[in-house]
Amino acid sequence: MNYEFGLYVFMLAAFLGFELIRRVSPLLHTPLMSLTNAIASISVVGAILISGEDHASLLSRILGFIAVVAATTNLVSGYLITDRMLKMFKKREPAKK
Amino acid sequence: MSLFQALYLVAAALFILALKWMSAPATARRGVFAGEVGMLLAVVGTLMRHEVVNYQWIVAGLLVGAAIGVPLAILMPMTHVPQRTAISQACGALASALIGTAEYYRLHPSGFIMSALAVEILLGFLTFTASLMAFGKLNEILPSRPITYKGQNYVNLVLFVIAVGIAVALVLHPEQAGLFPVFVALALTFGVLLIIPIGGADMPTVIALLNSYAGLSASAMGFALDNKLLIIAGALDGSSGLILSIIMCRAMNRSFTNVLFGAFGQLQTAAASGEVRPVRSASAEEAASILEDARSVVVIPGYGMAVAQAQHKIRELHDILVKKGVEVRFAIHPVAGRMPGHMNVLLAEADVPYDKLIEMEDINADMGMTDVALIVGANDIVNPAAQNDPTSPIAGMPILDAYKARTVMIIKRGMSAGFAGIDNELYYMPNTLMLFGDAKSFVAGLVKEIGAGGHG
Repeated sequence: MNYEFGLYVFMLAAFLGFELIRRVSPLLHTPLMSLTNAIASISVVGAILISGEDHASLLSRILGFIAVVAATTNLVSGYLITDRMLKMFKKREPAKK
Repeated sequence: MSLFQALYLVAAALFILALKWMSAPATARRGVFAGEVGMLLAVVGTLMRHEVVNYQWIVAGLLVGAAIGVPLAILMPMTHVPQRTAISQACGALASALIGTAEYYRLHPSGFIMSALAVEILLGFLTFTASLMAFGKLNEILPSRPITYKGQNYVNLVLFVIAVGIAVALVLHPEQAGLFPVFVALALTFGVLLIIPIGGADMPTVIALLNSYAGLSASAMGFALDNKLLIIAGALDGSSGLILSIIMCRAMNRSFTNVLFGAFGQLQTAAASGEVRPVRSASAEEAASILEDARSVVVIPGYGMAVAQAQHKIRELHDILVKKGVEVRFAIHPVAGRMPGHMNVLLAEADVPYDKLIEMEDINADMGMTDVALIVGANDIVNPAAQNDPTSPIAGMPILDAYKARTVMIIKRGMSAGFAGIDNELYYMPNTLMLFGDAKSFVAGLVKEIGAGGHG
């Protein structure tokens, strides 16, 4: 396996992350955190791989199951609440009187 | 390249687009959608992999997770957003720590993979307990005051060094499996110790930092599983959390090295002088007539607004003043509240248009021409001691220059000191009016007075 390649990928993604996040208006810092928090629940991929194995030990099964539950909780609630927050940001006064 | 790898590639691109679109309110919701699609592709791609044969546990796990996650997102009131973020972070970190643990017992790896697993497990478990502690403090299950003791940083450092030492031992001598549970226990303990000295006002920095740790843990998992998608998504989250915590640090004039391992004990030995100094206070009626006569008003919200749930009443005040021709804007300090951007979300929830929410640098330029600065539940972020008193614990912290306004009004329950435990010079200035009372009911009183008063 080529770990060096992985480290390059990591470095580039980290720099890209810095440049992207720097541009985010402070207005949106809370939804931004909730979004990146939800993106970090990509660990669900690892959880699925562990749980779905054919001849997994009982320990793997249990840890994998808990991991799937935890990562999915993070994922679902993260995306839903980010969207719920963003829906509230309006530019002009709503014309309801 | 197989199909799942192609899906991973697209998912990685979507995550990057999600962050890019997040930069402006107009495109932000599209960003969330991109993130959702990316995650869906990642999950579908993973389910299609030939290693995955056993579906019942996965499906059960996904369903249970969704059953917890949906109500968590929908029922949580907006004032509890920091708590929700903390608990969600705890879940994510736990997942990655447990996967690391399972991988360890499955592979008994050494060398590079073990190093990656060690990072994943260390950051995962410490972020798990640290986020739970942060949740406890934010929800006030635990005391939100910082708890410090002598040699605290020393104890933390020693624990951390031992944990790293064990990690190195496990990398070099993977046969010593007995060390592994010790490593896990140390990581869990370290997370708790990390948050004990953190007080409420430092929460924005800490939550951002934990966000970064959770991302780095996922990235380390990517190295252990040789999965580029995990590396990329984790790195994006890691750098995002890091840059947010740097922004928060700058907003409090703390050094960045101070933050990296959360080593900020409260230095304050509060100079709480016992003397009682006279302040001028005003009733809702008096305050209302000053507000009505003003041409420009700047509202400065702080954590107290969130606690009192005063944001909706403040919106009503904004509406009624705008109707009377007063220009009303909101000054948002970067660390106001308990997480980055906390005030913006609350005011947006109350339907305040977001172009009225002004950042510190921009509003400070106008502060001298402002008739009334109305401070609701904020303290340290408007304390002139940060500029005038080099010995103050908050010396050098950028503040909102509320004192430059013609009249300063401060809604406050009583004369207690702020988070940093220091007195606020602003209260005793000749142009300051203290409005004593609960923020929500006092603002409601102002709205009533102005509504009834005609053209005062």
